[in-house]
Amino acid sequence: MVRLIALVIGLFFSGWLIVSAALGGAAYIAEPPAKTVEAAFHEHPKHVSFSFDGPFGKYDRAQLQRGFQVYKEVCSACHGLGQVAFRDLQDLGYSEAAVKKIAADWVNEVPSVDPATGEAATRKALPTDKIQGPYPNEIAARAANNNALPPDLSLIAKSRHNGPAYIYSLLTGYQAQPAALLKQFPDAKTPESLHYNPYFANLNLAMPAPLTSDGQVTYADGNPKPTLDQMSKDVSAFLYWAAEPKLENRHRTGLGVLIFLLLATGLAFMSYKSIWADKKH
Amino acid sequence: MSFPWAEQYKPQNPLMQWLDSRLPLPRFVFNAVGAGYPVPRNLNYFWNFGVLSGAALAIQIITGIILAMHYAANGGVAFDSVEHIMRDVNSGWLIRYGHANGASMFFIVVYLHIFRGLFYGSYKAPREMVWLLGLVIFLLMMATAFMGYVLPWGQMSFWGAKVITGLFGAIPLVGEPIQTWLLGGFAPDNAALNRFFSLHYLLPFVIAGVIILHIWALHIPGSSNPTGVEVKTEQDTVPFHPYYTAKDGFGLGVFLIVFAILLFFAPNFLGHPDNYIPANPMSTPAHIVPEWYFWPFYAILRAFTVDFLFIPAKLLGVMAMFASILLLFLLPWLDTSPVRSGHYRPLFRQFFWVLIVDVLILGYCGGAPAAEPYVMISQLAAAYYFAHFLIILPIVSKIEKPAPLPASITDAVLSKQAN
Repeated sequence: MVRLIALVIGLFFSGWLIVSAALGGAAYIAEPPAKTVEAAFHEHPKHVSFSFDGPFGKYDRAQLQRGFQVYKEVCSACHGLGQVAFRDLQDLGYSEAAVKKIAADWVNEVPSVDPATGEAATRKALPTDKIQGPYPNEIAARAANNNALPPDLSLIAKSRHNGPAYIYSLLTGYQAQPAALLKQFPDAKTPESLHYNPYFANLNLAMPAPLTSDGQVTYADGNPKPTLDQMSKDVSAFLYWAAEPKLENRHRTGLGVLIFLLLATGLAFMSYKSIWADKKH
Repeated sequence: MSFPWAEQYKPQNPLMQWLDSRLPLPRFVFNAVGAGYPVPRNLNYFWNFGVLSGAALAIQIITGIILAMHYAANGGVAFDSVEHIMRDVNSGWLIRYGHANGASMFFIVVYLHIFRGLFYGSYKAPREMVWLLGLVIFLLMMATAFMGYVLPWGQMSFWGAKVITGLFGAIPLVGEPIQTWLLGGFAPDNAALNRFFSLHYLLPFVIAGVIILHIWALHIPGSSNPTGVEVKTEQDTVPFHPYYTAKDGFGLGVFLIVFAILLFFAPNFLGHPDNYIPANPMSTPAHIVPEWYFWPFYAILRAFTVDFLFIPAKLLGVMAMFASILLLFLLPWLDTSPVRSGHYRPLFRQFFWVLIVDVLILGYCGGAPAAEPYVMISQLAAAYYFAHFLIILPIVSKIEKPAPLPASITDAVLSKQAN
């Protein structure tokens, strides 16, 4: 009885699936889906190497500081870093006093309450505060940006596939829309308020190219040269640190754990073999 | 229970003798996983995965309890509290990455454990109860993992919860009220997040309880073995301790090495980047996909694209997805061959490997976008999945001529040594 019911259910599900596949297949052959402009022109991130790649990767402190400078002077005009506190910047090699000064000098003050009147006010940032963007809320952010929302950048490097390479590619990927694209897809012209970038998922994004020329940021010791490429790479590295600040600790711990486990497993294997030595199996 | 030649627990220490006559807990452990449990001597490495599943559950419970000390189950702060764990809690990154990847490791070992059961016919009499309880554990694991994935309250958490609870909406007439009742609202929100957290904390302990029943049911007939021939004499067995504790110790080491490589060097490899974007009900991700261990079932769900008479395709998909797991409960009665092990079943073995490839294809399609040609491929793969269990297996067990079985486990071992 069980087998009979099973047979009926099996015939129904399998049969209907084969019918569905045949219908779908016929439709697919009769009317192959049109190729989309994204499928034709979207590009995967460029190949770029960072000091933190691989199982022994470490951050390059000087690069992170340069990247922070790019964030501070360029990105922070629109984007916050709401998961990162100023005190975390000590990881980049800044002293406690330097971090205090960075916080106090930060353009965007922190909302607070006037201690005398109890009214809403703002105060200078402290090292314990998170790094705020310029907008008090989403409505203000959209109002200032033609209804686009500049995302918080704390986790941007982990919320995209191949994050650091993606950010680098996006920053260096702005270009005029290729003539071949317009020829093939006349309706896909980038709208007035958007900007063409083949590394962005739907090819057109609201953010204009934030880094436009070499030397846009002046690096403290002038070395390396702040080329567009260098600045993009530095800020990508910084944003990866912002998303994954414990990476070095993780790599170091992992190495120790693996060495221990390999030894322990080796010993476990030998004790397994010695216990079974007299038993054929 | 157990075989007459099983070693007896004889406490030497007066304290242990005192305890044994009042609460024989050490005797219980001795008989369950100590020298008092005789096990076939010919188990291969596939028999390691039961213990490894238990270890994975223990890791999940320990890391989970610590995470719960720092996590806040509130829609407004859940995402930030996870980042707080990652950045500010001492070794929080280790605990959280351990828990997230621990879930994947748990599914890897459980799938291998199920694979073992399917190939070696471990579900057959007299071990049907072991198999059925194992499936209950698997269902509980799936529910627990699904609700756990919602807790970080990222984009995939939110939209995954919306899609999966939406499945109940496919039930005719009462579907939508049931969905609203389950969520505590019209869409996943604070009420849903809170109850998911509560259940996510509860279910692992229910799993632990069912595991005790699973092992209890196993100990009645004793463990199966790669030949599928039952234990006949004392020669066929070795005491669990020290023989299999040593082998499981080695297996555990290998498991932890794989786990450590994943955790320390590729902690986000199996995750989806979108879950690092806070949940946003106003913005639907381009592709909503569950975690990798649900992909085969997700492919079956999406394989139904055509209504059948008055039954909408969505309802068919939901029924098929649940049926794809529930049919495993019938397996002991669908496969009527008296031979357990796939080693001695030439015809079964061929279809079995087709099934494994089929499930891998389903998994691949489940993770791919819902577009052609993936839909067509998953339809054909899902058709085979149902046909395999519900049509082919009962027929194969009838018509197959099995290879000759060894006279005993010891015979099989000795003849293998001789070759």
